[in-house]
Amino acid sequence: MSAEFDSAAKFAEYAHPERLVSTDWLAEHLGEPGLVVVESDEDVLLYETGHIPGAVKIDWHLDLNDPVVRDYVDAERFAELLGSRGIARDTTVVIYGDKNNWWAAYALWVFTLFGHEDVRLLDGGRDLWIAEGREITTAVPDVAPVEYPVVERDDRAVRAFKDDVLAHLGQSPTGRALIDVRSPEEYTGERTTAPAYPEEGALRAGHIPTAASVPWARAAAADGTFKTRAELDAIYRDEVGLTDGDDIVAYCRIGERSSHTWFVLQHLLGFENVRNYDGSWTEWGSTVRVPIVRGAERGEVPAGR
Amino acid sequence: MTDTTLPASLAEIRDDFLALEQRDRLEMLLEFSNELPELPERYQEHPDLFERVVECQSPVFIFVEVTDGVVHLFATAPKESPTTRGFASILVQGIDGLGVDEVLGIPDDFPNTIGLTEAVSPLRIRGMTALLGRTKRQIRERLAAA
Repeated sequence: MSAEFDSAAKFAEYAHPERLVSTDWLAEHLGEPGLVVVESDEDVLLYETGHIPGAVKIDWHLDLNDPVVRDYVDAERFAELLGSRGIARDTTVVIYGDKNNWWAAYALWVFTLFGHEDVRLLDGGRDLWIAEGREITTAVPDVAPVEYPVVERDDRAVRAFKDDVLAHLGQSPTGRALIDVRSPEEYTGERTTAPAYPEEGALRAGHIPTAASVPWARAAAADGTFKTRAELDAIYRDEVGLTDGDDIVAYCRIGERSSHTWFVLQHLLGFENVRNYDGSWTEWGSTVRVPIVRGAERGEVPAGR
Repeated sequence: MTDTTLPASLAEIRDDFLALEQRDRLEMLLEFSNELPELPERYQEHPDLFERVVECQSPVFIFVEVTDGVVHLFATAPKESPTTRGFASILVQGIDGLGVDEVLGIPDDFPNTIGLTEAVSPLRIRGMTALLGRTKRQIRERLAAA
């Protein structure tokens, strides 16, 4: 049973306001049946230092990733995970986390792969909740496990694989777009890794030809909330030139920053065809013979592709 | 050629972790995180002396003091990064007061042997490996300069 939507004015401007809740809304609805709050952070111990009362933890590294193959967990593991957290197929799930909801957006994207219908982000995430002086607890909630159906993933709608990107490059540039959301130094090829994350590198540096550089954090305000509809349109529609109907693929290093941008493009700005290329630069930058461009220009697809 | 043997202080920390169930190991890491000693006054005003460990996913700074062959390790990490603080704290507590040879003799893969890899993920544990590696490098630099 869906919890009611947050009708805040800022959200009403977005294409899909039902995908966000404010801290006010959450404070009001905490503890309601049919709602489960999930914390998903970069640091695996942050939840233990204090979390929103009643929230459960889902760690991207440990819970959502297959430990052997580079992929997300399968249908059985996902069903087991969600059931154990008290999440049923029709539960309203609100996800929040540190770092501008970076990892929360990634978790939400994985929930989307499995077709969980009602999953939303807490605008401002963990940092805003704490900054507003709201209640934090270290008490781990007693969760009654429930049944979650085993649902096979259909990745095609929101996930792009390397071959999809290669085919994407082969299309006419009108009507398709590649968004590189990494730092400028990674985009130009000065570095193969994010300034603070050098262990996730690649053998080559640069960007995928024709990709526009739009660092992910441009979509976030200083307090970690998403910028307003008008501000986001100014960046993605006016500056970058994205238009409705475009086939858009976003990427970064392992797909975590680009899922934040995916959320913005699909749920806030209403683009209907947006995919996250999670292989991202750790895959592309180490793949034999894929085209790569260095420097600040978008570049062109080499002839013969 | 330095022997790679684990000093008793670190062996004890390792055994303490291994004795626990997986979920309790995270609790213990959190305790270490909360125990990370404050910087002594002489370093509080000298951020320039500290070396940034860029392999860690959040800002961690370390400084190694060697006095009469005895090693003291100092580190700072932000409160919002408890895992990184925990790693730093384990090393700071385990290394403090050891001799130079003992520290250089710590096996490079020590972080993989303390039963935390499954609890935090292999990717995250690399941060601790980097901390150890840079500590050893700073010691060698101090020795070379002496």
